[in-house]
Amino acid sequence: MEKPVIIGVGMVPVGEHWRVSLRDMAVEALLNAMEDAGIDKVDSLYVGNMASGSFIEQENLGALIADWAGLGNIPAVKVEAACGSGGAAVQEGAKAVMSGLEDVVAVVGVEKMTDAWPSDATRYLAYAADAEWELFHGASFVALNALIMRLYMKTYGYTEEDLAHFAVNAHRNGAKNPYAMFKKEIKLETVLNSPYVADPIKLFDAAPMCDGAAAVIITSKEKAKELGVPKDRMVELAGFWRAIDTINLANREDFLTLKAARVAAEKAYKMAGVTAKDIDFFEVHDAFTVMAALSLEALGVAEKGKGAVLAKEGQIAIDGDYPIQTMGGLKARGHPVGATGVYQTVEAVLQLRGEAPEGIQVPDAEIGLTQNIGGTGSNITVNILRRV
Amino acid sequence: MGKPMQVARHWRHFREKYALIGGKCENGHVFFPKRPICPVCGSRNVEEYQFSGKGKVISWTIVRNPPSGFEYYRPYPLALVQLEEGPVVLAQLTDVEPDEIDFGMEVEMVTRKVREFDEDGIILYAYKFRPVLK
Ligand SMILES: [Zn+2]
Repeated sequence: MEKPVIIGVGMVPVGEHWRVSLRDMAVEALLNAMEDAGIDKVDSLYVGNMASGSFIEQENLGALIADWAGLGNIPAVKVEAACGSGGAAVQEGAKAVMSGLEDVVAVVGVEKMTDAWPSDATRYLAYAADAEWELFHGASFVALNALIMRLYMKTYGYTEEDLAHFAVNAHRNGAKNPYAMFKKEIKLETVLNSPYVADPIKLFDAAPMCDGAAAVIITSKEKAKELGVPKDRMVELAGFWRAIDTINLANREDFLTLKAARVAAEKAYKMAGVTAKDIDFFEVHDAFTVMAALSLEALGVAEKGKGAVLAKEGQIAIDGDYPIQTMGGLKARGHPVGATGVYQTVEAVLQLRGEAPEGIQVPDAEIGLTQNIGGTGSNITVNILRRV
Repeated sequence: MGKPMQVARHWRHFREKYALIGGKCENGHVFFPKRPICPVCGSRNVEEYQFSGKGKVISWTIVRNPPSGFEYYRPYPLALVQLEEGPVVLAQLTDVEPDEIDFGMEVEMVTRKVREFDEDGIILYAYKFRPVLK
């Protein structure tokens, strides 16, 4: 089956946007992407969003955003897979194009988190966990990841410092990304001296609460040619899949394997006809430092239990063998939950077009991978993008 | 914050949450909570199973920035407890200082208050785990 291509990207800087609403951000990102693609209408809209109903009392985002973007009476729906909503929305858009039912599809990921009180926001994020068996007992999302981090450190003999390297790397890259929330390098000590949120996860092991929106335009190669899009502006969605795992962490067979990522990656690699070795850079879901380590293992970049070694040895830097978080990742670019997967996609496209900011362009990047996690690894999307 | 009318929603689970009753399939697989399809073999022949309430801590954290509704209790320890019958449950630890918690610590189930709501006055009780008294 013919693979779809991304012909336009847009985003707004991630941050605490007190003056801007969800609809404003989404429309701005969307119009940026349409302008980038050189089009003024689309056949349908897919919105990646996790919890607008909780955060701002607004559901029905398909209608809201398509209406406010002036897209007319098109099909438009929200796609929800917790923090993995953005990556999943990209896939739904891709499938619509591949089915032949829709020619030019817009995907926008958006989340407005800072309108809520922090403890309420913490509650809303925990809605991605199992309400009866996790949140009921007072589990925050950070706490569930902390249980994983402590077990990871104990099982493989890592220290908090070993994992802190992931945050340092993310900030080093984010410092050069004008769209990142934290454009500032940090030292290991910054991470280690930050307060515990849920031991052993410290403030600087975790992605921030923030607002953001990013968008992509997906179409077929044939339609892209018809629209006059030059070949070097097309990025192919060469392989993609997603999978679930138990929603309740306690029910998982192995707490230290992101099984959903492994399954999704195997299928995506096969569809793209590549292996982990062929990938030039990885945008993994580092909502918490330990998740970056587990992701590298699940994607087949590192052996089980060795993910943190890559960070310690510097192999995840832009000039390393396995660059990750090239634009700052969730940690430094920011993690507006339902938008994150679309930001990752936009960033991968910029890398593959050779348009990444100076200092964080991966030289001669041909193939990139994005991995977007919903829940504590319960709903994971893997997308592989390739230069046409 | 959750809506006031929560009585039915919580009442539904009282056997599991007060007494740690889970499920057991026809092939002898036990799991918690009970579900209609055995997560191990897929059998749909599942009955209730009473767990002993004894287990050990396999990981834990101290929740310092809780979700709204739990602020009053902060900081509180939360753990993955492996029951002696095999399954793992997530629960708060109680009657223990944070620095006393360790891998493999033997714990037993007790029934404790988990949360109060101001608006409707429901008080939620459920299992927590405390160190086994030696
Ligand atoms: Zn069974």
